[in-house]
Amino acid sequence: MSDGKKILADQSRRRFLAKAGVAVAAGIASGVRIIGFPDARAATDPVTGARRWGMLIDADKCATGCNACVQACDDEHGIKGHGRPQTDAQWIRKVTLRDRASGRETSLPLMCQHCEKPPCVDVCPTGASFRRADGVVLVDKHTCIGCRYCMLACPYKARSFIHEDVTDQKPWSPRGKGTVESCNLCVHRIDEGKGRIPACAEACEREGHRAILFGDLNDPASDIAKARAEQESRELRADLGLNTGVRYQNL
Amino acid sequence: MLYRHGFGRVLGASANAGVFFVLCLLGTAAFASEVSALLPPIPPGKGESCVEPTDIMRRDHMKFLLHQRDETVRGGIRGAKHSLVGCIGCHVQRDAKGDAIPVNAEGQFCESCHGFAGVRMDCFECHAAVPASGQTPAAFSKRMFPLAASAGAAASPGAE
Amino acid sequence: MATAGNMTDTTGFTVIEGRSAGFYALTAGLAALIAAGLWAAHTMDAEGHRVTGMTNQIVWGIPHVFAVFLIVTASGALNAASLSSVMGRTRYAPYARLSGLLAIALLIGGLAIITLDLGRPDRLVVALTHFNMKSVFAWNVFLYTGFLVLAALYLWTLMERRMSRRTKPVGVVLLVWRLTLTTATGLIFGVLVAREAYDAALMAPLFIAMSLAFGTAAFLLLLIAAFDWTGRSMDDAAVQDLKRMLVVFVTIVVYFVVLFHGVKLYAAGYQGIERFLLVDGGIVTHLFWWGQIAAGSLVPLWLMLWGRTGASRFWITVAATLVLIGGLVQVYVIVIGGQAYPLLIFPGKEIIESSFYDGVVNTYRPSLPETLLALGGVAAALLVVVLSMRILEFLPQSRKSD
Repeated sequence: MSDGKKILADQSRRRFLAKAGVAVAAGIASGVRIIGFPDARAATDPVTGARRWGMLIDADKCATGCNACVQACDDEHGIKGHGRPQTDAQWIRKVTLRDRASGRETSLPLMCQHCEKPPCVDVCPTGASFRRADGVVLVDKHTCIGCRYCMLACPYKARSFIHEDVTDQKPWSPRGKGTVESCNLCVHRIDEGKGRIPACAEACEREGHRAILFGDLNDPASDIAKARAEQESRELRADLGLNTGVRYQNL
Repeated sequence: MLYRHGFGRVLGASANAGVFFVLCLLGTAAFASEVSALLPPIPPGKGESCVEPTDIMRRDHMKFLLHQRDETVRGGIRGAKHSLVGCIGCHVQRDAKGDAIPVNAEGQFCESCHGFAGVRMDCFECHAAVPASGQTPAAFSKRMFPLAASAGAAASPGAE
Repeated sequence: MATAGNMTDTTGFTVIEGRSAGFYALTAGLAALIAAGLWAAHTMDAEGHRVTGMTNQIVWGIPHVFAVFLIVTASGALNAASLSSVMGRTRYAPYARLSGLLAIALLIGGLAIITLDLGRPDRLVVALTHFNMKSVFAWNVFLYTGFLVLAALYLWTLMERRMSRRTKPVGVVLLVWRLTLTTATGLIFGVLVAREAYDAALMAPLFIAMSLAFGTAAFLLLLIAAFDWTGRSMDDAAVQDLKRMLVVFVTIVVYFVVLFHGVKLYAAGYQGIERFLLVDGGIVTHLFWWGQIAAGSLVPLWLMLWGRTGASRFWITVAATLVLIGGLVQVYVIVIGGQAYPLLIFPGKEIIESSFYDGVVNTYRPSLPETLLALGGVAAALLVVVLSMRILEFLPQSRKSD
């Protein structure tokens, strides 16, 4: 949610969500557990491992020079640049690559890969860096002491440290000086249980590229599971054996 | 600053005792027909009552928040009774233009007691001290906490 | 002026007088550095780390270099204590107290730096009460605090006559503890699978070798200074003995450095990082060859082994100082060099553009606050030594006078 309106480009998805929303509201109003989604989680129950959230990114569809995902993430989480690129936080960034063998250029967004076995979780002394049961890797900023060890451990340099006071935080995305943060798959959105997707995926949809696909990897009927079954995808730094939740196609 | 564990618990307990004493004074004042000029005025929240009785909330609000934050961050539970966003949604005051005043500003809900008792708050280093802009508290509440809202508590969350 | 004479005689211990101009100047200077360090820590906490040279690319900087160096040296400073209390080398018995004191002081200095550099130093209590037991850092919380407690206990067994029976068992535990501590300090980097410069179990024995060398050098310097500045003269046989040990330890460090880089050079995948460290890493390469290898290892070895300089107290002092400086540089190359080299996220691809410094060598320019914090930590360690020697009886003196 933000000041501006986020308009879903995909009309059929909006209709589906509207119907589902009505079903959810009806179910809640009648005191019945939510029946609109299979395996839906009631807002009073903690997350479980029944779902595993992940992303599938198609590098071919990602447009070089487009920054919509980065912009959307910055807007969603109140991330402001201070003109200090070395210390400004970046949860997602665009990287342009050239294949050395073929000379082919691609671009892709790079964010926290939400590993199944995250090195950042292993090294955090207080347990602030943790993996939620549904696969999202995030930092519990109440417990983070700002030691930055997780930043050293991450193979993707996904984490940022906040080097200055933060003001005007979004109520759904608390951020403060002296703690470490990274892409959290917009948990405030996905926890609402209304089929909302992370801001970057939504922005990519809106721009028409559809390079970022988000969904439940454990649900064989989800779009992402089907896309992964149809075409090969790979992890970054697969040699590390981290089983990331974010995978790339046509890399 | 109140910590939950270890050495902090001793400090926190002493601070709690001090705060409790002060708040007892405030409590007695609240029952008086007029509030003593010595104690800070606390802006009222929306609706009939808070999610917990006032004396329990005064003493134990940190316990609720500390427990709830783990449920939210680690369990993904949102819109629960003791959510910080819920507190702010009800207790935020608005200025003449209708803009929200941060709850940790001078004289506002959180700061009025915390400043008086001399207990530093850590929350708003990271958390927004105002609700999401462009939304009235009730509408925001309803959007973020559909379960609580639908339990007939849109105007007074805490009817339990 | 009493000379130490034959130090295997019954030895008493004394406090340093602490009335000379030199003492006051030293104490005042150290206190001023500590004050500057505290100011720096406050600035970093109030303004945020943007006032430092540390960035999202180089996340650990000068404070961590100094902290790791002090912690590694602290562990090695206990050598004399281990030699006398565990291995029965009675020649070192008079120095065991100073050995324990130096170890405690250096560790306090290192811990002060690292805790004050935290993004949320006010959350130290959280760090002491929430533990992820898979984290090397969490082990270190126990290892470092346990070390302080054990070393203090060790000093107590030395200084309290009725406890002298316990010196050996405590000494044994302390020896095992400090080897574990140094191993864990090396593994801070050794378990980082993401970075080519680290990711090696070998970093543990490398750090143990470093601790032996740096600790012995620091201890030697402390002894010489403590005796010279209080009008005594350090026993030459002990100096020569320590010098010989230092030669062995520095050689062991060189062995592990050669092994570490040599094995990485052997593997095709590590050519990039090794090329960066050893050839074209700019300042990191210069520091490695001139600072760590030449000044920190080869020159001191030569000074200590060559007859003319090896017999001279002055040149031994120079050699020990060079070992320490070279050690600091070695830690710098490890900590900063390992972060400067880009992560290999996309093998086989060249990164043309990224807004987050992917694929480029990262630069690091230390700023004033972080440098003052680091120096303040060193000053804190030294002040602990000086004041402890003034208050308690650490300084050995022979009961015989000639």
